[in-house]
Amino acid sequence: MTAIELGAEGLARRLARAERRGKLRAFLLVAPLLVFVLLSFAMPILTLVRQAAYNTLVSANLPKTTALIADWKADTSVSEALCEALVTEMHAAKAVDPAIPSRIATFVNRERAGSLSRVKQVANADIQAPFCAGLAALHEDWAQPEIWRALKIVSPSLSPRFFLQALDFRLQADGSIRAQNADEALHVMLFRRTLLVAGGVTLVCALLGFPVAYLLAHISLRASNMLLIVVLLPFWTSLLVRTTAWIALLQQNGVVNDTLIALHIIGENGRLEMMYNMFATLVVMTHVLLPFMILPLFSVMKAINPNYTRAALSLGATPWTAFWRVYFPQTIPGLGAGCLLVFILAVGYYITPALVGGQSGQLISNIIAFHMQKTLNWPLAAAIGTILLIGVLALYWLYNRLVGIDKMKLG
Amino acid sequence: MKTFANILLASAATLAFTVVAAKAGDQITVISWGGAYTKSQTEAYQKPWMAKTGNTIVSADYNGGLAEVKSQVQSGNVTWDIVDVEPSEAVSGCNEGLFEKLDLTKLPKGADGSDAKADFVPGALLDCAVGTIAYANIYGYDSTKFPGAKPTKIADFFDTKTFPGKRGMKKEAKVNLEMALMADGVPAADVYKALATKEGVERAFKKLESIKGSVVWWEAGAQPPQLLASGEVTMTTAYNGRLFTPMATEGKPFVIVWDGQQQVFDMWAILKGSKKKDVAMDFIAFSTSTQPLADQAKYIPYGPTRKSSAPLVGKFMDGKTDMGPNMPTNPANMGNAIVQSVSFWSEHYDELNERFVSWIGK
Repeated sequence: MTAIELGAEGLARRLARAERRGKLRAFLLVAPLLVFVLLSFAMPILTLVRQAAYNTLVSANLPKTTALIADWKADTSVSEALCEALVTEMHAAKAVDPAIPSRIATFVNRERAGSLSRVKQVANADIQAPFCAGLAALHEDWAQPEIWRALKIVSPSLSPRFFLQALDFRLQADGSIRAQNADEALHVMLFRRTLLVAGGVTLVCALLGFPVAYLLAHISLRASNMLLIVVLLPFWTSLLVRTTAWIALLQQNGVVNDTLIALHIIGENGRLEMMYNMFATLVVMTHVLLPFMILPLFSVMKAINPNYTRAALSLGATPWTAFWRVYFPQTIPGLGAGCLLVFILAVGYYITPALVGGQSGQLISNIIAFHMQKTLNWPLAAAIGTILLIGVLALYWLYNRLVGIDKMKLG
Repeated sequence: MKTFANILLASAATLAFTVVAAKAGDQITVISWGGAYTKSQTEAYQKPWMAKTGNTIVSADYNGGLAEVKSQVQSGNVTWDIVDVEPSEAVSGCNEGLFEKLDLTKLPKGADGSDAKADFVPGALLDCAVGTIAYANIYGYDSTKFPGAKPTKIADFFDTKTFPGKRGMKKEAKVNLEMALMADGVPAADVYKALATKEGVERAFKKLESIKGSVVWWEAGAQPPQLLASGEVTMTTAYNGRLFTPMATEGKPFVIVWDGQQQVFDMWAILKGSKKKDVAMDFIAFSTSTQPLADQAKYIPYGPTRKSSAPLVGKFMDGKTDMGPNMPTNPANMGNAIVQSVSFWSEHYDELNERFVSWIGK
């Protein structure tokens, strides 16, 4: 090895060290942001997904019962050992934390309505051997297999049952899967309706937003600034005020109907039903979300060189061809960004449709909120939320394949 | 978003007050529903208690539900002390271990000397919660819309032939299923027995189906009076206080039908892990004593849960409307009434709500 080589190697090493230090410094600069994103964004999402599939409430507090019931064939009568394990472990769990038996009972009750008090009773009653007979004496339900089946379903710590339920299937005690009864199946219908509403709103926003953005981009700066304020106005108004204003406009005795009657366009008995239906949902959501379509479109159109269209016209294209073949393709990044934004926001909307949509105003987010706040069935809410998230990510992927995410322009 | 803002607000308020409170007595955070309701509590309970004890109360609003309570208790960062809940939440929160078990012996005797346990109406005392008021789910109509015969019975709500027009109903299984059964002729005492059977549920949905085409579904308690006033519906279910206020203060021609009313309590509960548990219990004992409960009725037509408070109920704050006849607990209004069953709904809420939402969407 010669001195020169050594020197070169030393230089390379020093350079690498300097680069590493530079990288580290850059990393340290973004580290707070990274930690923030991980803590406030990635972690909650992962916890959410975990919450939907993994829960040790039963398996940790009733370990022996969980092991025994896993071997129990769901069609035979239960063994004395299982009854004993349940009774002793429920009492032991109660001694640790009095809330555990009732939490377990809530779990079982979700699989079989009417089980809550039966399961809670076990922890409170003084039951001696023979335990199965003692349980049966407590309530005849314990002599029937249904409540045991429900317990078997909820006992494993890792279970797909919430995801199945979110898609209108139910896990059975024998491991099979059945479709939810037709009159209780609602999630698939709500997913479909949510996508339909979000798609409809996106379409209407695109149709209405495109000409507005075009106008904004092609008039004088002063006029366009004025009009932009008008576009942005709904942003600065409270959500409930906006919604209530639409109710005042669209209801049976509202401004629109009264005006139409005053103009003799419709008669007193011909008042239009524009409130508490799908029409109202579409109108109000479009109004709220329209700026998200107009702004990206506007910024993209502003940057389009007018010479292209002029060139097309001077080369003999009709105005339509010049628009459709030359101008429109250049607006795709803005249109795509607007559609994606509006769609994703619309999928998560629920207060507005609930207030103005009447019968059709129930969307999948309402059910998530319902389980988060009212029934405290967080795992099911998490499962529905996860499915919604996967759906949105799939759409994002599709968008990337069709338009290319690097082409997206938000402003 | 709103709830998040509320939490922020509550925690900011708590922070601000912990600094100030050092020189006064203790300080607790009380969460309630806002609006006229919180005002009635502030006037009748909180101001007198603060004057008496020298403690302070931080008041904040929420939109119901137990999500915030659960996240506070689970994270161990409990900033609320007392929360105003409905019985179903009181029970499920108790089951989940989110609320403290209350020492009910701390509740004072009634003003007439009766024992606290006997003084409260049935259902108002739970393991984890003490009832303050009873409100009613009733239906009301616009009297100008029915110049001839007037609706008087719960069944009239479902009779769109005799009483034409649209109906407002809350978009929820609770209340509607009981109402349908009572309108279909099930005696008040047997409603929950019937609803626990498959046939009873079928019967309730069949009755609801008969008017489904005429129903405007509402979501928030402020909507029914608005629906009635705008003529969107001719009859609507509502919380009695929400219809009373426009009747008493704006002279709206609404009439409340008490037949088939369903009573629900509002209750105080203490969050598990509250650092001021004893102070909070002292506030609960004070606010649910005879006089404060009776005083509250001055501001809102919700019935006190203590029997000994009933004779002390006076006039509305306008000084002329007698509150007695507007109370859900008034004997004349109790002819055909039920108390919403907590034990039934805690076991069947999930199942029946799924069915209801699915039915509504078809």
